[in-house]
Amino acid sequence: MRYVHLTRRAILALGASLLVMGASSAFADSTIKWLHLETNPARLAAMQDVAKAYETAHPGVKVELQFLENEAFKAKLPTLLQSDDPPSLFYTWGGGVLKEQSQTGKIRALDAALDANNGEWRNELSQGAISAMTFDGKVWAAPFKSGVVSFWYNKELFKKAGVDGTAIHTWTDFTGAVQKLKDAGVTPLACGGGDKWPIHFYWSYLSMREAGQAGFDAAKAGQNGGFTAEPFIKAGQLLADLGKMNPCQDGWQGATWPETVPVFDDGRAAMLLGFENMATPTSQASNATDGKGLAQDNIGRFPFPTIEGGAGTITEDFGGINGWVVTAAAPPETEDFVKFLTNAANESKFVALGDLPVIKGADGAITDPTLKDVANQMAKATWHQNYVDQDLGPNVGRVVNDMSVAIFSGEVSPQDGSQQIEDAHSM
Amino acid sequence: MSTVPIASDRVAAPALARRRSSAIGAQGKWPVLILFLPPALLLFTVFVFLPMGEAAWYSLYNWNGYSLPTQWVGLKNFELIFKNAAFRTALVNNGLIIVISICIQVPLAMWLATMVTKPIRGAVAFRLIFFLPYILADVAAGLIWRFVYDGQFGLVGSIWHAFGVDAPFWLADKNTAMAAVLGVIVWKYFGFHMMLFIAGLQAIDREVLEAAEIDGATGWQKFRLVTLPMLGSTVRLSLFFAVVGSLQLFDMIMPLTGAGPLNATQTMVTFLYTFGVMRMQVGFGSAVGVVLFVICVTLAFSYRRIFMRND
Repeated sequence: MRYVHLTRRAILALGASLLVMGASSAFADSTIKWLHLETNPARLAAMQDVAKAYETAHPGVKVELQFLENEAFKAKLPTLLQSDDPPSLFYTWGGGVLKEQSQTGKIRALDAALDANNGEWRNELSQGAISAMTFDGKVWAAPFKSGVVSFWYNKELFKKAGVDGTAIHTWTDFTGAVQKLKDAGVTPLACGGGDKWPIHFYWSYLSMREAGQAGFDAAKAGQNGGFTAEPFIKAGQLLADLGKMNPCQDGWQGATWPETVPVFDDGRAAMLLGFENMATPTSQASNATDGKGLAQDNIGRFPFPTIEGGAGTITEDFGGINGWVVTAAAPPETEDFVKFLTNAANESKFVALGDLPVIKGADGAITDPTLKDVANQMAKATWHQNYVDQDLGPNVGRVVNDMSVAIFSGEVSPQDGSQQIEDAHSM
Repeated sequence: MSTVPIASDRVAAPALARRRSSAIGAQGKWPVLILFLPPALLLFTVFVFLPMGEAAWYSLYNWNGYSLPTQWVGLKNFELIFKNAAFRTALVNNGLIIVISICIQVPLAMWLATMVTKPIRGAVAFRLIFFLPYILADVAAGLIWRFVYDGQFGLVGSIWHAFGVDAPFWLADKNTAMAAVLGVIVWKYFGFHMMLFIAGLQAIDREVLEAAEIDGATGWQKFRLVTLPMLGSTVRLSLFFAVVGSLQLFDMIMPLTGAGPLNATQTMVTFLYTFGVMRMQVGFGSAVGVVLFVICVTLAFSYRRIFMRND
């Protein structure tokens, strides 16, 4: 009896204190914990500006930036999400990882916020970007930037080898150029085999060009033998053949991405299959060994070549799409903050620093000619494939990366490589 | 008046003492047990036994770490581990590290220990210099050696370029990467083993060596017949640390090679990390943890039982 009495009193006391807390929380600060992985000081400053502007406009809301390094972020996030102190807002690459997260109940769908005021927010964003963040009919992240992977080349080195970059349209053209560069004593490609994912760009594009969108989607759905279907073996074979030409810089198998970019930026290799912003002066200056890099008019670009007889076309793009995810435990103001962060005015700040926007009306802020060129390609895209190592989820994605390097270096046959990817995918 | 109590005292004393000693045994132990056992027991349970049990449980599931494991796969994870070529590489590499420790590191450490315990000028300075790599954090050592081995901008690069030839990239070649890593391991840990041997050497009675000298023993004979047998327990301890260290090796490998290229420098712990943690395969990773645990326990206990029985 006494025990029951005490607990009842305890419950009353607890209830009373909760009431007090509830009443005060309407006036108290709510804190939006913004987990990011930004290391570029200029971009970080822009993020802080946006956070401050929001705090000023919304008294009582605090935006707190939290940082985790890229790899640490990926490893720690699942634990963080299930802890008592999850972030309110975190970075995503979309794809299988986001899909897995959406099934855990730890993140919040954004549909209600997107559709508020007759879909005001939804209409600001490009439909393709939203669909990339949609799983099971709900939108799980607010997209804010996109990109395309393509070949960047050093015009001077191309000239030295007698190669015309604007004439490379097919894989045969490309391998011909690689051979000519080698004959002229120029290292054709800068390759980041140590990080593995830079090589998965080749595997992914070759697979896309061989299989086309229908073939690729069929493989993802496990049809026609999945990733062991004919086009994927053929793509692997082309990758292996390219590897046999020994096109990369010495020591490429150990090179991380930050070690690979300078190989191109210093003029030590003629081509780099890389991100959309590789030719901007900021990127050149921050990656090149001499702090300057290549002059912009010395850098050319061509989309990943098509393959004769392949189902893929030149207008099919491969690249990243990034967004912000709101967690289930986030304060209710978080969606509003994300909307603020991704509006045209704020998005333009990041566009000025090299982002390619997914919001209508922010592409006017693109000033860099090379980025404009990329944006033009994206505008014409008929299919945008997310990074395959993100799209297929963390496990299969890493197997794709492993196999890309293994096939490229001749360690594993294209058949075995495809089989291992399919084994992981069908598990 | 005075005799009676004394007598009774004398009679009672042994019985009392017996009773008291047993009473001290029980009553004296309980407060100590109650005070000191629970914290240790709690910590051990929460941070050692429970996680071990959990890992064993998770290892039977295909689980990505979110919510609760539901997809029971039985022993499939263990089957996948032993079919995995990278795991076999990791096992071989762990074995290699142990072999190199026994064949190169420990003899080197012992030789240097005998040198720096001689009364030569500068011996103490050399002790310090040889011990320095061990003080360095593993991650820092990995980063430093990644730079040293770099064929473009690193020390190896500069040396080769000075002779006008292209430098090798040892860490980027799957045939040489493990050898390069082994070099760093020997460099990093020989100082620690040397310190063990210095302590062992200092414990040897000078008189025994003097007696051997008087008997006309040569330097080599003194070492082989006196010093080495008397260092026996230190050697066994040193090898034990080498074995355990090999099974733990992780934080130097990651910055040095990231366990690459093509998994050539995987150890069991880096395998657990790259295939379990990084891929969000918590079930599979737990199974690797269980295998690692079984190997560690078997090695540690059998080594202690067989080689360190008398130490």
